[in-house]
Amino acid sequence: MHIPDGFLSILVAALFWILSILIVIIAIRNVSREQDESKLPIMGILAASIFAGQMLNFAVAGGTSGHLLGATIATIIVGPWAAVLVMTCVVAIQALIFQDGGLLAMGANIFNMAVIAVSVTTLIYSFFTKISRGNRWGHLTGATVAAWLSIEVASLAAGLQLALSGTSPANIAIPAMAVIHAIIGVGEALITLGAITFILSTRPDLMTSQNGVRFRSRFWIVGLLLAFILVVLSPLVSTHPDGLEWVAEQQGFINLARPVSFRLIPDYILPGVDNTTLATILAGLAGTLIIISVFLILNRIHPKTGK
Amino acid sequence: MHLHIIDHYQKLKSPIHQMDGRIKLVLSVAIIISCALLPINSWPVYIFLAGILISLTILSDLNLWYVLKRSLIVLPFLLTAVPLVFHGTGTEIFTLNVDKLTLIIYPDGLSHFASLGIKSWLSVIAAILLASTTNFPELLHAMRAVKVPRLLVAVIGLMWRYMFLMVEEVDRMTRARLSRSGQSFSSSIRTGGSLLWRAHVTGGMAGSLFIRSLERSERVYSAMLSRGYDGEIRALEEPPISRRSVVGLVASIGSLLLLVIFAYLLQGVG
Repeated sequence: MHIPDGFLSILVAALFWILSILIVIIAIRNVSREQDESKLPIMGILAASIFAGQMLNFAVAGGTSGHLLGATIATIIVGPWAAVLVMTCVVAIQALIFQDGGLLAMGANIFNMAVIAVSVTTLIYSFFTKISRGNRWGHLTGATVAAWLSIEVASLAAGLQLALSGTSPANIAIPAMAVIHAIIGVGEALITLGAITFILSTRPDLMTSQNGVRFRSRFWIVGLLLAFILVVLSPLVSTHPDGLEWVAEQQGFINLARPVSFRLIPDYILPGVDNTTLATILAGLAGTLIIISVFLILNRIHPKTGK
Repeated sequence: MHLHIIDHYQKLKSPIHQMDGRIKLVLSVAIIISCALLPINSWPVYIFLAGILISLTILSDLNLWYVLKRSLIVLPFLLTAVPLVFHGTGTEIFTLNVDKLTLIIYPDGLSHFASLGIKSWLSVIAAILLASTTNFPELLHAMRAVKVPRLLVAVIGLMWRYMFLMVEEVDRMTRARLSRSGQSFSSSIRTGGSLLWRAHVTGGMAGSLFIRSLERSERVYSAMLSRGYDGEIRALEEPPISRRSVVGLVASIGSLLLLVIFAYLLQGVG
């Protein structure tokens, strides 16, 4: 899922750099506000062990192996804002030292692996622990589902970025990423389940400490804002023709896709109607928004526990 | 796993190694941005840039084969760009019939794909050059100089310091698992438990790794406190950048810009 340099157009790379920088700054503000000096060594060492933990793997058939991204575990252990910073550092080191992921593409990679994976985990995990009133199955189911979904949604975002850059057509990139990572995500989910089971039985205090994920309205607002930005921006960025050419050709309206550069209003008046790719992207995002709203409503209805 | 496998920095005394880390960071990013800005099919410019990068590699005393071998890391990702080959116009090169599916390879699709691969490859070489000629403390200085937030630089610094330790921890755990797992020489006999069981074991290892790292961080924190840590991250003042390197940096970025403009002009002519 680490996108190397050269695969993203400069516009997409810049856009996701800006988004990631904004969110990292918000995360730094939030972490600093807690005035907890022990956070720094925890974050540094956790980042180191996530880097190392990504080397843990187990054999799956045919020479492939399941391994870990770690965003879910990080979120559960140190909470969402600190986890965003931890994952950002992991992605940064991987790009700077190991060329695993590009420097220009780092904004997008941080967005997928730090912002999206952590947000998805926060939403799912806090939802499950809340409806289970913090008992064991809630932690375990929440962590497992969150781990799988965090990989899946992050890979969808990567597919979307590739499609917007014109590297890979949306109707191939997004489903291909989704299918491959649906399988990879199972490995992530199983390891996360094992890890959380282990932590629950040896250091249950870690799961209930104030470091853990708590439901914060601020996080929701940021999440919704992000989804909104994506919904608004994706049709605009998509007027970049390369990614659509292939689809256009398949659909027999190649003559509509002229080699324009960056135009805010496309030639065809209603891209959402004319173009199946865009419709798919928008439908996906609308679906995400609906799911988020359902979670929000359920959380409001459900009596608050703890606190 | 040995440390030299993780750390790709090579301690040499070449002119590139002696350059200021801040200059190198900015210059590498500038090269990568120019690569991304280059239009497709500007082959002369790609070759020219590849020439520059290879000369820099030779100048930095790095083993050229080592750099080329490491640059292959982009190969798997090229798969995502394969569909490009099948879209384009003009005469087809090759028609592939897979059952009912007809795939046509177009020349311009193929060259688009190749351009993308080359651009990505050039960017990776620039990044490898930066990582193998700049040691980590200098890279941290450079990050601070380009205004990466202090907290983030501090976390990255700590992460770097403990990364080797944690990798060795993982290595020891994996060795322990290996030494407790029987394996049969004949492939017909299945060894090890079910997939779920294997995943559970690995999960336990991950869980124990994270608990150990948290407990370590508690100890590190007390050690930091006892040495006067007050929540403020302090760093040494960085030495000023010499005039010569600033001039060099500006000149290099200027020529990169010219190169990009040249590539677009070339595109217009062609």
